[in-house]
Order: sequence, then structure tokens, then C-alpha cells
Amino acid sequence: MCSLALFPPPLSGGQITLYEANNELVAGSSPDCYEKQHWDPPSLNFPRETLKPHSRPESSSKAAFLDHKDTLWMRSAGAWYMLAYILPKWLAVSSGCVLALIRWMSSFHGSLFPHLTLSGEEMTAEFSQVLDWSDSAIRSFAWHPHTDKFAVALLDDSIKIYNSRSATAPTLKHRLQRNVSAMQWKPLCASALAVACHTCLLVWHVDPSSLSTRPSSGCAQVLSHPGHSPVTSVAWSPSGSLLVSASPVDTAMMVWDVAAENCVPLQRVGGGGVTNVSWSPDGSRLLAATPSALFRVWETRMWTCERWPCLKGRCQSACWSPDGSRLLFSVQGEMVIYALTFSDMTGGPKSAAVVADLSETTFSGIDDITVGGEVQSLAWDPTGERLAVLLKGTEFLKSSLIYFNSSLAFKWEWKRPLNLNPGHILQMFSSLKSVTAI
Amino acid sequence: MLSFNQDCWFVRKVVRWRALASIAWSVLLLPATTTLFVFLVRFSLFHPVEWISECFGLLTAASTIFSLILLCGVVLVIGFFNLEGYTVVPSIPCSRVALLAKVLHPRQCVHSLVHCTVGMMVMWCASVMAGGRYQALGSPCTRGESADAPEVCLNEYHLFLLLAGAFIGYSHSFLGVVQNMNYVSFQIIQQYKYLRCKGSLPWVLKCSAVQSLYAVRNYVALYFFFGHIPRAWISNSLNLPIDSSVHSLDSLTGLLDFSLLYHLWISGAFLLLTWYITVLLFRIYVTEAHRFPVQSTFAEDAEQCLPKVLSEKRTLIMKFLALQDLALLSQHSPPRRQEVFSLSQPGGHPHNWNAISKECLALLSDLTQRLVAHHDAVASNGRARPPSATSDTRTTSNSSVSSAVVSGTEDLPQTPRPSVLLKTPGSVFLKSSGRGISSPLTAPFTPDLDSPFSTPSLRHLAAQQVPQQGQWLGSVQSPHIIRRGPKLWSTSTDSQANGSALASPVPTPSSPPPEQKSSFMAQWLQNRKEQVKGFMAKRVLVVYLFNKLPEASSQALFADSQAHIWALEGLSHLVAASFSEDKYGVVQTTLPSILGCMLSLQEAVDRHFKLPHASSKPVKTSCSMGDSTYKTLRFALRAALKTSIYRITSTFGEHLNAVCISAEHQKRLQQFMEYRE
Repeated sequence: MCSLALFPPPLSGGQITLYEANNELVAGSSPDCYEKQHWDPPSLNFPRETLKPHSRPESSSKAAFLDHKDTLWMRSAGAWYMLAYILPKWLAVSSGCVLALIRWMSSFHGSLFPHLTLSGEEMTAEFSQVLDWSDSAIRSFAWHPHTDKFAVALLDDSIKIYNSRSATAPTLKHRLQRNVSAMQWKPLCASALAVACHTCLLVWHVDPSSLSTRPSSGCAQVLSHPGHSPVTSVAWSPSGSLLVSASPVDTAMMVWDVAAENCVPLQRVGGGGVTNVSWSPDGSRLLAATPSALFRVWETRMWTCERWPCLKGRCQSACWSPDGSRLLFSVQGEMVIYALTFSDMTGGPKSAAVVADLSETTFSGIDDITVGGEVQSLAWDPTGERLAVLLKGTEFLKSSLIYFNSSLAFKWEWKRPLNLNPGHILQMFSSLKSVTAI
Repeated sequence: MLSFNQDCWFVRKVVRWRALASIAWSVLLLPATTTLFVFLVRFSLFHPVEWISECFGLLTAASTIFSLILLCGVVLVIGFFNLEGYTVVPSIPCSRVALLAKVLHPRQCVHSLVHCTVGMMVMWCASVMAGGRYQALGSPCTRGESADAPEVCLNEYHLFLLLAGAFIGYSHSFLGVVQNMNYVSFQIIQQYKYLRCKGSLPWVLKCSAVQSLYAVRNYVALYFFFGHIPRAWISNSLNLPIDSSVHSLDSLTGLLDFSLLYHLWISGAFLLLTWYITVLLFRIYVTEAHRFPVQSTFAEDAEQCLPKVLSEKRTLIMKFLALQDLALLSQHSPPRRQEVFSLSQPGGHPHNWNAISKECLALLSDLTQRLVAHHDAVASNGRARPPSATSDTRTTSNSSVSSAVVSGTEDLPQTPRPSVLLKTPGSVFLKSSGRGISSPLTAPFTPDLDSPFSTPSLRHLAAQQVPQQGQWLGSVQSPHIIRRGPKLWSTSTDSQANGSALASPVPTPSSPPPEQKSSFMAQWLQNRKEQVKGFMAKRVLVVYLFNKLPEASSQALFADSQAHIWALEGLSHLVAASFSEDKYGVVQTTLPSILGCMLSLQEAVDRHFKLPHASSKPVKTSCSMGDSTYKTLRFALRAALKTSIYRITSTFGEHLNAVCISAEHQKRLQQFMEYRE
């Protein structure tokens, strides 16, 4: 087991880690002084101020009308109430009783699954893999699995795509593209990008050779299923044929055949929903985390699942080793990383083992720095050499990113993000990817 | 009827048992649905205790037991029809008149008749279980003003329910044709039968409730206008007088009876539920994956092995299941892949791989040819080329391939048909002879090979005649090209222009002398025909009936594409796995042809999607039992094709530059390797 006390002390005095060269991390004080890479990505500074106005499009005529917030049901209920004088007494009493019963039952249901009382946006923020999702300028980020290409979802509900081969950076906008919580590129395909939105699932087909900077919304497929919103997680199968989407409200997760636009719901009631899905890189297993202290591991041949109850809290984040045999996960409320080992032989693992302890550790140097906390997100690079861990903030560092060698505790480094405003998620993932590229 | 005659081991040993098991399960589920029905139909809000005790009493009554036995018989009949009528390749009518022909086909009429009868039986059971005023056809008359009134009168409520059963039975059968309810689609993921059944039960419940609602609406409207006819007929033939003191049901006051409508709806939902469950279970059982051995040590089992089974053309369900098995084994089981890559023991030939890859490539190139032929034919029609003898024979002399296709599809009596005609007894239905000279009205009835006029046995015969790939002229006879017949009626101006263009026939220099002799007669016939066509094309009804439905030709072209998708998946996974698992390099030898085949299919598919209507998405049907998967198969095929090529390029990478394929394909492959497609 590895703990943070074994790590070398972090950089201090405003120094930030810039890049890795010759197996050494190079630190500097300004982000400009790094070596040129083979692809110099365009400027990726998205100031929050420029993003905000787009998200609130005020139509001019709208202000002239009074906004009434009553739904049709509320209005008819009001009318009903006013008519109640002429209704017989027993009817009013009995319907009042029925109403109270329904309220009591729904509150009981809500107490079983507290997340159901959240609004859509709060729910997305709660279950997102991104730290401080609701306030972050960058809502989601996705590397293409095969080429130098990535997509960035911004606060104003637009998605930008950057490609090393072309100068154009298409911006994707769609009427239904609200509150993007996750994105993933389709494996074995150059163009398809799945986007988890507030009400539906969008699959964009962005032609890589097209020069258009604003692909029309006709390029997007809308996949929706009643009761399946907000979608908080998507995962393509590594063979590129299936797409799985999950919503914390829906107890079924959907397996989509995207081209044919039909889906198979896989329903399991326990847990109250599915927050996060992640496919093992060899395609044989699928992790489905629920909002309760329970997660499931599906095998993808006959689609049966095993239940894994956690003791403390829900599974916050998880990642698979490249061969699909190990699963690392973190649990909300605990500062450790667990590991599960699967094998094709009979008899799976009985319990998870703790492999890393991330409790708060103070490094004394020129100024004391405390690192540690709950895990927000985990990512394992495709070669299996390094594991990146994003920690939730302490008072000194709003968040910190550390990475392990996957031989765990052989060599480790930790890295502070470039700046401490909430726009740091990008740096986290890009640094992980650039580590693999060097 | 027909599938029992097929002497195929798979139907005998697997499909029939699966059908039997599904019927057995639907019979076992009957008591549950009946209990649910009894509780719902006897529901009374204000006497809950009475309601429950009454229901339990009723469930053990003799009449209910008898009804259950009757319902078992009904389920057996429905199950039998499922087994007889199912298909894995839907037949898609290209025009409204073809659809009409499907509905009026004798086999379909028998189907509808049986469903009407069976629906009446279910409704009789329902009315017996509902009790009360629905109990029997005769009821004691209310003594009115005259004392000499008869003892027993006609109970219109009972009759109303019985007729509703017949109506719902017929509409089930009718909608079955329109929505291709006999089409069995395969799931995108594999699940155990129990879980799949559990997962789709709520949907089936909802479906039957919604469909029953629609049926009740239609039936009530129908009864309001025409209800007096069957009532009078029954009353006369059974000598049951109509009670004049009771409101008749074909009036507003009679029909606006809430409890009557509720009982009708619940009974209709019960009827549809039992039938839908039978259909659902049959689908689940029949599409369950079957594991074929890759090779067998015993000679007598050789015909059950995957390479043999794949080349089967008669039993489509077996071919589909074999392809599915191939796709699954190529993805999930390394030991079985080893068997595919293995060499034969004496001799050292990769027979398994050769047979499998050959069959898959044949499937794919067949589709490529179909697409190319369709594209050529449509492109020539799209340019409004007059289908006259002059232009066509001229192009025949100019270009060889495309015009051969065109002349095969346009009706030209004087052009000698180069391809072999079908010599089956039923070939009249297949429109292989006398197509041009006969009245143009017959054309839309006949072109569809899958139309009900061609019975399954005929379809099998035709399948045997499906041309060998590689022969251009042969592919003209493929059903999907012939199906294009109604296209001629797409625009009226087109055919009018044709008529005028024909005024001055030019004898072609290339045509042989004997043909020139008969050319005057042929020209005259052609002229008459064009005139008739021009006349008919101006009539609105004719245009409405004969107009091609948009998308239909595209859907028909890709109707069996599930097979191609599996072939693509299986091949690409096997090729990708061969990179590390193929010890003897058996795959390497076929890699160029696999790549070439996939790339030319990709080109054909790309071209096809540029046609109008090809890339338009079908409207989603909300809640019906009909499976509309076939409508989107072409999109699925396109995606699967791209993914397959990418799978091969991403596995082999730079090594593919050493594979010798044509320069054009090389260029296309380069696009894939750079992730630009």
C-alpha cells in the first residue's frame, strides 16, 4: 500500500510543474517556458466572462410578457380548489387523503434515495467526474482514442474540437445540448462523439475533412428514452458497436445501437439509478456505479451483473487497467483507493483491497503544504504505466493531481495544476495524455 | 404448412423445439394473465372486500376453468401461426398497391379469418368471466307492454363484445401485415431468456393497453354506423328477438356507457396481451444464439458445422444464427477462433477459414453488386431517360455493364434478355416472363419476390436461383432489381415524355437482322403501352396506388443486412485476432480480397447514401408490437462497415502497406489509416 507520506515534497514558492523530459519533471514559474512539442495546441484559455453571455440568450419579446410559473396541473388544481365549495364534502376529504398518501409515499421514496430530490443540474454537478462542475468553465473533456484530437465542452453549452491536422476548430451547438456532463469519442471511428446532455444523448458526426466551423445540428443524432434524463455518463464499447448511457434517475441503463437508434434497457432496481459507467478496455466488463453504496460489474457477454456493496458511500470514480483485469475505485467519504482483481477462472474476488492511502499529509518545507483528500476522479493511461488521481480540495490547494506508477509506490510524483481557478481539469487530463505521448 | 415440409435438420431439431417451448411457456403464463384480467374486469371501487372474495370465487369456478382450456387452444393456434409466418428478412412493399396485394392475398385472408374466429373465442371467454350483463347471448326479456313477448331476447352486450373480438382479431392480423409483425429481429446484445422476457413484459403490457385503446375507438365508431346489420342478422338467424324496451347499443346513449367502454377496453387488452406474449416468447426463443461446432470429428455431423451451415441458402433462420454465432465466436472465444485458424490434419489446408471467409465475402460482394446495380438503374431513371428501344439499345452498344442492368429492369419486349429465366412452376409470380407485353397494371403486383404471391417455397426456389456473384448479367434477376418495377410510375410527366419520344423510332444499327423484322410489331406494342401508361398516370387514384413509397426501395435493398453486419463483424474480428493468434498465417492469404471487398462495399454504400431518401430517418412508431428494426438496418450496416475497416487498419497499422490491393483501394485505405473517413 502506498501513502502520500512516501511522496517527495511538492514544489513550493509558486513553482508549477510544466512538462516531463527525460523522465524528469521540469518545473518553472511561468507557463510559457516549455519546450515545443510536435503539435503545438492552439490557445486553450477560456475566460469565464466570455462564456457566460452565450448561455443566457434573452429573446427580446419575452420580457414583454409576464412570466407565470404555474404548470397546467397547478392551474387546474387551483380551479379545482375554487370549485371545492360546490363539491360534496366527502370527495374533498377523500381526495385530500389520497394526496397526502401520495406525498408521504414520494417523500418515503426520496428518503430512500436522497438524490432524487435534487434538481437536474444539481444532480449532474453531484455525480460529475469533473471537480466543481457547476462553476467550471470547462465542463468536460475527451481525447480521441486514436489520433491527436480532442473535444472540450464549455460552460456555454458549446463543444469545441481541436485537431492536430487541421487549423479549423469546429464549434458544436445544438438546441438540446445543455449541461454537458460527459463526452466520449467512438472507438474505431474518426468522427462520432457521444455527448451526455441534460435531457438526452447526442451523437455528433463531425467529418474530419470538413472545413466548416459550425457543423449543423443535422450532424447530431438525438437519442432519448422517456425517463432517462439527465444523462450523466456515457461509455462506448471498445469494439465501437455499442454505447451505454446512464442516468441517476433511471434505474435502467441503456445499451444503444447508435446507428439504428434503438436501445435495450438493462434494469436493476437496487441503487436507485446509475451515475457512472465505464467499460473495461478489453470490452469484457462494464462498471456501473449507483447513487447508493453499491456498484455493479456487468460481464458483457450475456449481460449479467455482480453486486458490490460498499460500506461507506457510493463509488465516486473508477478506472480499469488496460488488460481489463483490475478495477481501481474510490468511495465517497474515504481517502483510499481500492482495487479489485477479476479473472476468467472460477471464483471472482471476494473483497476489495486497499492499494493507496491518500489521507492528508503535511509536507514541511519552506512553507508547509498539506496534500490529500477524497478522490474526485481516476484515470489510468492506456499503456498502464501511470495512474492519475484528482483529489478534492483542501484549504491550501483547491485540488491536486497526483499520479502513481502502476507498479504502485515504485516511483511517484505529484503535480499541482497550472492555476488554482476552476479551469484546471483540462490540465489534468492533458498532462496525463502528454505523459503517455512522450 | 411450409416450414414443416422443409427437410432441414435445423428446423427439425432446433426451431420446432424452440417454438414448442415458447408456446408451452405462454400457456403456463395464461393463468396469471387471466387472474389479472378477472381482478380488473370485476373491479368495484366501493365494495373492495366483496370484489376480492368474488374474484377468488370466480377463479375456481368451472366456467373459468373451461375458459382457460379454451384460451390454451387459442394460444396454440396463435403459436402455430407464429411459427408458420415468421421471417428474418422482412418483405417490404414498394408501393401501396403491393401492400394491398399483400393484405388481400389468400394466405393472409385465411390468417385474418382464423384470427377473427379466435378473437371471438377469447372475447366469449372474457364475457363469461366478466359475468353480469355480458354473461350469455340470450337474456330474459323485460316484459313490456305486450304479454305475448318471447321468453328469451338477444343480449346485445354479449354480441357487442363478441364482435369486438372479431374486430380486434382482424385488426391484429391486418396490422401484422402493415407493420411486418412476423419479422423477427435479433437483439443487439445477448441476454438470458428469462431476463429478456422480464425486461420486455412491461413494454408488452403497455403496448397491449395502448393498442386496445385504439382498437376500441375504431370499433365503437364502426359499431355506431354499422352495428345494426350484424345485430339484425344474428337476431334473425338465431330467432332471438331484439328487446325493444332496452336502449340499442348503436346509439349515442348506448355507446357512451363508461362501464361498457371500460370492460371493452380491458377485455381487448387481455386479448392482445395473451397474443403479444405468445409473439414475444416466440421471438425470444427463436432468436436465442445457437452454438454451431466449428469442426467435427465425425463425418455425419459435418453438415451441422459452421462452415457448412454458413453456405446454406434455404433455411434463412439457420444462416442468420450461424452468422450470429460467427460474430460472437470471433469476439468472445479464443479457443473457437483457434479452431477456425487451424489446419486440416492430413494435408494441412485451412479448410475452416477458407469456407468461412469465402461465404462471408460472397455475401458482401453480393450486396455490393445489388447496390451498384440499383444505383445505376436509379441514376439512369433519375436523368429521365426514356425507356425506349432506341436509347437503350444504343447504350447497349456503347457501354456494356450498366445498360445491361437497365435493359433488364425496364420492360423492353424486343431486347433479348441475356440472363437465365427462372424455370420454376411458379415463375409467373416472379415476373420473369412476359413482363413487358402484359398490362402495366400487373407490374406492381409482381415485382416483389417476397410478396405474398410468392409462397415461401417459391422464395426458397428463387433463392437457389440467385445468381452467382461475379456475373453481371445474372444479378439482373436478383429480386431487388426486379422490385424496382413500380418506379416507372413515379412521375406522370416522365412517361408522357416517353410517349412523345417514341413517335419516331430509329432502327438501331447494332441490332441483329431477325430482331429488325419483329421491331415494327414491337414498336407498335410499345407505343400502345406507353399510351395506356400515359392515360393511367393522369388518374389520381392510380398514381396514389402505384407511386413508389419513399425509402421503401432503400429499405428493401438492405432488408437482409443483419447477415451482412454479422459477416463484417465476424470477418473483421477474426482478421484482427489473427494478428496475434494465427500461427500458420492462413488469414494473410485472404487479407487482400477481404480488404478489397470491404472497400468496394464501402464505396457502393457511400454512393447509395447520396441518393434521395436513402439517408432520411424513418419515423419512430410509438407503441406497437411490430418490429421496425429493418428500417434502420442500412445505417447500422454503414456504421458496422466503417468500424470493421477501422478495426483492421488499427490492428495492422503500417503493415497494410505491404498488402497488394489496387491503387484506388490503397488510397482509400490510406484515408482510413489517417482517421479521415
